Amino acid sequence: MANITIKVNGKKQNLDIDPETPLLWALRDHLDLVGTKFGCGVASCGACTVHVEGVAMRSCSLTVAQVADKKITTIEGLSENGDHPVQKAWLEHDVPQCGYCQAGQIMSASALLNKNPNPSEVEIEDAMQGNICRCGTYTRIKAAIQTAAKNL
Amino acid sequence: MSTSHNPSRRFFIKSTAIAGGGLVIGFNWFAGCAPSTSGSDDLPKEWFEINAFLKIGENGKVTIMSPNPEIGQNVKTSMPMLVAEELDVDWQQVLVEQAPLNTSVFTRQLAGGSQSIRQGWVSLRTAGATAKHMLKQAAAELMGVPLEELTTENGIVSHEASGRKIGYGELASKAATLPVPEDVPLKSVKDFKIIGTSKKNVDGKKIVTGKPLFGIDYKAEGMKIAMIAHPPAFGMRLKSASLEQVKTMPGILDAFVFKTYEDGYERQWSDEVSFAELVAIVGNSTWEVMKAKKSLDLAWEEIPAVDGQVKAFITPKNGVIPSGLESSEDHMKAMELASKTIATVVRKDGDPEAVFKKAARILERTYTAPFLAHNTMEPMNFFADVNAERAILVGPIQTPEFMEKSASARLGLPLEKIDIQMTRMGGGFGRRLYGHFLVEAGVISQKVGAPVKLVYSREDDMTSGVYRPAYHATYRAAIGSNNELLAFHVNAGGIPETPLMADRFPAGAVDHYLAEEWSVASNISVGAFRAPRSNFIAGAEQAFLDELAEELGQDPIEFRLSLLQRAKDKPVGKNNDYDPERYAGVLKLVRDKSNWANSAAGVSRGVSAYFCHNSYVAQVLELHMENDRPVIDRVVSAVDCGIVVNKDAAINMTEGSIVDGIGHALYSELPIKDGKPVHTNLNTYQLIRHKDAPKKIEVHFVESEIDPTGLGEPPYPPIFGAVANALYKATGQRYYHQPFIKERKLLG
Repeated sequence: MANITIKVNGKKQNLDIDPETPLLWALRDHLDLVGTKFGCGVASCGACTVHVEGVAMRSCSLTVAQVADKKITTIEGLSENGDHPVQKAWLEHDVPQCGYCQAGQIMSASALLNKNPNPSEVEIEDAMQGNICRCGTYTRIKAAIQTAAKNL
Repeated sequence: MSTSHNPSRRFFIKSTAIAGGGLVIGFNWFAGCAPSTSGSDDLPKEWFEINAFLKIGENGKVTIMSPNPEIGQNVKTSMPMLVAEELDVDWQQVLVEQAPLNTSVFTRQLAGGSQSIRQGWVSLRTAGATAKHMLKQAAAELMGVPLEELTTENGIVSHEASGRKIGYGELASKAATLPVPEDVPLKSVKDFKIIGTSKKNVDGKKIVTGKPLFGIDYKAEGMKIAMIAHPPAFGMRLKSASLEQVKTMPGILDAFVFKTYEDGYERQWSDEVSFAELVAIVGNSTWEVMKAKKSLDLAWEEIPAVDGQVKAFITPKNGVIPSGLESSEDHMKAMELASKTIATVVRKDGDPEAVFKKAARILERTYTAPFLAHNTMEPMNFFADVNAERAILVGPIQTPEFMEKSASARLGLPLEKIDIQMTRMGGGFGRRLYGHFLVEAGVISQKVGAPVKLVYSREDDMTSGVYRPAYHATYRAAIGSNNELLAFHVNAGGIPETPLMADRFPAGAVDHYLAEEWSVASNISVGAFRAPRSNFIAGAEQAFLDELAEELGQDPIEFRLSLLQRAKDKPVGKNNDYDPERYAGVLKLVRDKSNWANSAAGVSRGVSAYFCHNSYVAQVLELHMENDRPVIDRVVSAVDCGIVVNKDAAINMTEGSIVDGIGHALYSELPIKDGKPVHTNLNTYQLIRHKDAPKKIEVHFVESEIDPTGLGEPPYPPIFGAVANALYKATGQRYYHQPFIKERKLLG
C-alpha cells in the first residue's frame, strides 16, 4: 500500500492503495465513480475508457502509479450537467439498449472529436473499433458522433 | 450510493409481509436515487399510491413502476407507456422506477421469450385504466357531478358542461382511498396517444452520465467483494484447496470451498450450473481479491465415471451427463454419426421416403454452428446481505421469481424473508436466466456474515458454460423432372439438444415432409441464448431454401411466396406453426422496400425470413467484398409484431438483433479443447465491432391492429440466413459452417 494522489475530474484524490491497482478499480471501488465500467480487464472491450490528458485510454490496463501526475476525466466529469455535445447527441439518437458499454463509447467518441472535429465515417469506425457494443447499437453510435461533430 | 438524498422525498416501498415474495425492507436503493424521468424534475412533496403500478404526487407527477427486469429491451420505457396511455397522463409528467420482485401484485416478472409486452398488454393497460377511473370518481365526488360527464386528458379531469377542471395531483389523495373498480373499458387503438409513438429511453440521461445503474455498480454499507474460482475444464472438479496462504494476503478476509446447490436439492431449469463446487475468496476491494485469486493454490481432477456409467456430478432429472474431457472435433464427429444413426421422427406428412427414392434429383446440404458464450458486457455479479432474519439480494437477474425459490431453499429462509431487487442489466441474452450467481452470492454472504458483492471476471464468465449449444442440421429436397419440389426433409440435432422446430415453415407447404431430431449428451452446460434453437435452425433453413430456389430456377422470394400460398390455400398436415399470410406479408414488404426487383451493381443481396416468438421478420442484406472481407452496406428489415408500442425503440431492437446476428454468423465461436473453452476473454473471442456493422439499417413495420408481440428475439434468427445468402452472391460460394469468416478463410 502507498499513498498516491490522482487528479480526477478536476479534483485531487488521495488514495491509500497498492500502486499497481488498475485505475479502473481505484475509480470504482475507492472513489465511488462507477460510471467507468469493467468488461474484460484486458483492454479489449473499451468499457473502461477514460481520458488521460484528453486521450482515450483503457483504465483497466493503467495503474494508479502510472497516472499519478496526469489529468484524468471520467464519464462523470465529461460535463457538468450531462450536456456535452456527445451526450446530447446520444440522447437525441436514443442510442443505448442495455447501456453498459455507453460510457466507454462516449469517452472514446469525445476524445476522437477533441482531436478530429470532423471525422469521416472510416475515421469514426477506426477510432471506435476498440469499443464493443454487445447489443449492436453501432449504427446509432456513428450517427450520434456525426451529430455531435456538427454541434461542437 | 454516493449521490445525495433529498430528505423531503418519501419514496417508501411499503413493507408488507406477503407469502411468496414479500418486501421486507422499507428503504430501497433505487427509490433513494432520482427516478428516471422523461421530463422536468420537479418532484412532489408527497406521493399517493393509487395501485401497485402507479402513484401520483400532489403536483401531478406520476411514478409508474416498471415490473419486468430490464436487459436492454427497453421494457422499462414501453411497459410504463401502456400504463400511461390508459391513465391519460402527459408522458412528460411520468417518472419510472424499477419494481422489485413482488409476486402478489405483479405477474411474470421475467425477461425472456420476448413476452413482456404481449403478456402485459392487458394487465398494464388495466392498471392505468382503473387508476383513471378512480381519479374521475374522486373528481365526480368533489365536483358533485356524475362520473359519466367527465373526460380526462393529459392528467386533467374536465367537466365540459361547467367548464371545471381538476388536475390529477389535486385528486390523488382522495382517489387513493377509493375502491378499485372491476371491469373498466380500455381504449381502442385509434385513440392511442402514447402507444405507437416514439418515447426516449427513461434511463437515457443516467446512462450517458455514468450514474450507478447496474448490479456491478451496487454498493452497500460494510459491503465486501467476493470472487469465485471454478474448475479449468468441464468434466473436472476440485481435488484439493490450500487456502491458508491466500487468507494472509492484503485485504483478504476469507477463502473457502462451497457448493452452489446442496446435494439432494432438485434443481429447477433456472438452476442450470456448470460446476458443483467452487472456491470463494472474499476481501475488501475488487483488485485485492483479483490479485489474491491469482495465487490460490488449487488442484483439480477429472470427474470419474461411476458404476460403469459415464456420469458427472449433477444428474439432472432428464439424464446423465458424461464424464471426460471433450473437444470440438469429437463433438463434430459425434454429431455427424448421431444424425445418421439415432434420429427419431417428429413429424411426417405424406410418404417422403418413397418420394425421395423416385426423385429425379436430390439436393442435400448440411449446416453447423458452434457453442457460443453469451458475453453480456456486464459480467455475472450479484449482491447479497444474508443473516438469520432475512436475505436482501440485489442485482442483474432475468428470473427473480424462480431464483427466489432457489435462494429460499439454499439459504434456509422462507420466501417472505427473501427480498429481491432488480438492477438494470448490462445485457441478458438468456445468460441471466440462470441465477446460480445469485445463489452463490447468498451462500457467501451467509458464510462470512457480511454483505457481499460477488463479481465474475470476464474469464470466469466466459468459461462458466451455459452456452448456446453446438448444432448440426441436414436438409434434403426431392426434386421432380419438371423442377418441382416434391418432398422436404430436415434432420437436426445438437449438443446436447436439438434445434428442430418441426411444425415451422416449410412444414404445411410441402405434401411430403419429414422432420427428425437427435441429441448428443455432453458435460458442456448450455442455456437459452437469444431465440433458442431458432437462432441456428432459421439460418440453416433459409440458406437451404435459397439454394433450393436457385436449383429450381426460381427467385428466392417468389419461391418462398409460392410455398406460403400453398400453405394458405391447401395446408398440409396439422399444427403448422405460422400464419402463411402474415409470413408472406413481411416477405412482400421487404421485397418492396429493398427494391428487390432492381439490384444495384456491385451489391450482393441475400434474403431471409422467419417466424418465432410470435413475430414475423423478413430481411434483405446487402454486402460487397473488400480485401476478402464482407462489408455490410445495408440491411432492410420488414417486421410484423402487431401493434408497435414504442416505435423508435422497436427500430433500435431490430437494428441490434441484426448487428448481433451478423456478428455471430460471421465471427463468433467458442471451441472446446480437452474440456477447456479455447477462448477465455474478448481479446481472442471475436464479437462484431464498429467496422463490421452494417453501414445502414432500414426497418419497416407492417401496419397492424393485432395485439403486440415481441421484438427482443424475432429479428435475430433470420439474419443468419441473409448473411449466408448474400455471401453466396458475393463470392460464388455457399456458406454452411458458422462462423463463416473461418469457413473458407474469408479473411485470407
